Amino acid sequence: MSRRIRVLVAKPGLDGHDRGARVIARGLRDAGMEVVYTGLHQTPEQIVEAAIQEDVDVIGLSILSGAHLTLFPRVSELLKERGAEDIIVIGGGTIPTDDIKALKEGGWAKELFTPGTPIETIVQWIRENVRV
Amino acid sequence: MGNESEEIRKGRQQWLELRGKMKDREERFETVSGLPVNDLYTPLDIEGLDYLRDLGFPGLYPFTRGVQGNMYRGRLWTMRQFAGFGTAKDSNQRYKYLLEKGQTGLSIAFDMPTIMGYDSDHPRSLGEVGRCGVAIDSLQDFETLFDGIPMDKVSTSMTINAPASVIWAMYIATGEKQGVRPEQLTGTIQNDILKEYIAQKSWIFPPEPSMRIITDIFEFGSKHVPKWNTISISGYHIREAGSTAVQELAFTLADGFAYVEAGIKAGLDVDDFAPRLSFFFNAHIDFFEEIAKYRAARRIWARRMKEKYGAKNPRSWLLRFHTQTAGCSLTAQQPENNIVRTAYEAMAAVLGGTQSLHTNSMDEVWALPTEKAVQIALRTQQILAYETGAANVIDPLAGSYYVEALTNKMEEEAEKYFEEIDRRGGVLACIDQNFFQQEIADAAYRYQQALDSKQRILVGVNEFINPDEQLEIEILKIDPQVEKEQVERVRKLRQERDNIRVKETLDNLRRACAGTENLMPCILECVRAYATEGEIIQTMKEVFGEYKEKPVF
Repeated sequence: MSRRIRVLVAKPGLDGHDRGARVIARGLRDAGMEVVYTGLHQTPEQIVEAAIQEDVDVIGLSILSGAHLTLFPRVSELLKERGAEDIIVIGGGTIPTDDIKALKEGGWAKELFTPGTPIETIVQWIRENVRV
Repeated sequence: MGNESEEIRKGRQQWLELRGKMKDREERFETVSGLPVNDLYTPLDIEGLDYLRDLGFPGLYPFTRGVQGNMYRGRLWTMRQFAGFGTAKDSNQRYKYLLEKGQTGLSIAFDMPTIMGYDSDHPRSLGEVGRCGVAIDSLQDFETLFDGIPMDKVSTSMTINAPASVIWAMYIATGEKQGVRPEQLTGTIQNDILKEYIAQKSWIFPPEPSMRIITDIFEFGSKHVPKWNTISISGYHIREAGSTAVQELAFTLADGFAYVEAGIKAGLDVDDFAPRLSFFFNAHIDFFEEIAKYRAARRIWARRMKEKYGAKNPRSWLLRFHTQTAGCSLTAQQPENNIVRTAYEAMAAVLGGTQSLHTNSMDEVWALPTEKAVQIALRTQQILAYETGAANVIDPLAGSYYVEALTNKMEEEAEKYFEEIDRRGGVLACIDQNFFQQEIADAAYRYQQALDSKQRILVGVNEFINPDEQLEIEILKIDPQVEKEQVERVRKLRQERDNIRVKETLDNLRRACAGTENLMPCILECVRAYATEGEIIQTMKEVFGEYKEKPVF
């Protein structure tokens, strides 16, 4: 019997737009995953610490302030430093196409979901990419 | 009327027999907020409506039909595009561009570090400087921001909340440098902290000291900056966070009542500050629902201010508001379609009697707007104003059975929320109980489910999709150099200014925070000495502490 997938939904940076993060958190929970939501204004250090403490499979970052090119790499680096690079980093928010490409190619985000993505698409993606 | 009603009832019966056999597209029709709507509205739906009591005349109590006697025949609404990015110099150029294109007021967007009270060189500002608004650290940046823009001629709206006192002080001090006296300045600071706890989530201090700062601003404004709107009580962000139209209306007005009560409790006369209260609403995509919302808002506010709070000055009864079209109604897919959405929303705002309007640009789902996209958004307002005829007749939808019934419904539903808020112990208690936050989160989730199940159609997103869509619009890029330059600028300032004077003014502010005197004069002194925003806010935090949320989803 497989265990439940554990996801940390996090809002790094200074912006307070948490609608998307909260909708996704609830959607993943309703899909049977265990969801931890850490609230707003989290530093990359706090996010990585929480992810390790909570032993999650996936970190979902929601960023709408334009700081994604700084914050995704920072979270990935910290995960590496802590030997936790098996945790998959995904995200969403106000992220232009070119930046999505850059973040994925740089290995800082495994997948990015743009506004308008159905929750089911994200659920499917996580189920296909996380082995439990 | 009795006989006439009977006749109408009979007619309605006849019609029902006819339409009863017809099949509808859906089982249930509702507004974008989920409010069920009938298929037809008749005089029977507004039977209790009393024209003079409930609608009256424009410019007269209860202002359902508008706050000015001649509305847009006198002066069109202010076309005010919210803008700001990069350094003060970048934004100064964009403002000059907008004024040149015929915009009639400025609206400043600040970057996240400024909104949260951090200087650009603070570790938490990393990657955020100048990204979603202009970076401001000190009076020096403000002087650059308004270089060549006459502050006695232009009215300025500033979207700033937790640190509003500091940013407003910078505005006033910049005016002084231009030779403009505080009493000549016109504009608005958002300064609405309650909706920050509820929806927008850019808070700094806990609610109690935050409310004190706000009443200090009310008092200072009424004495020294009398033409300034000292608060813009905002439903916009509540709606963007996912609320329904009714929730936006009810929570915003409840916040407004809380500010009025705080002012009265602080010993101010309601008529001294109430005329300077202004509002800020969303214009979402459900045309009639939005128009009804604005009309209900004016009527509820006027009645409460007069009857409950005993305001005697008719200006205290007026609900004046700014509107922004709904960012959350726009789609990343086929972004050009957003021009059309925005145009409908703008028209609803105008038919609802707004005093000023921001129209979103088509590309804002992706990034800050390009000049081209901003120009189209502004042109949308100009077409509305000068070509459609929508501005020529005052409150033209009044008397529509649907619009009046929906206006009544909005008021009724809002009243239910006011009762619940009172029962829970008021607005601050509701924030503490996460009541608003949970109501909004529930509504946002229902909306997402309706989209996912295609119960609600969003063109280009869950229907009418272009399967191999490639994004073809241009995206504004912020040069990473901006952050580096701004960090150097603030560090240089700290070396060059009179640091003894800075320390004196900050010590003085710390002392004032611990006491009860009005904080504005002390903050102005700090600003004039070129203390940075981060230093001033940090000083206040030392006395007031910081707010912590309880995250729910």
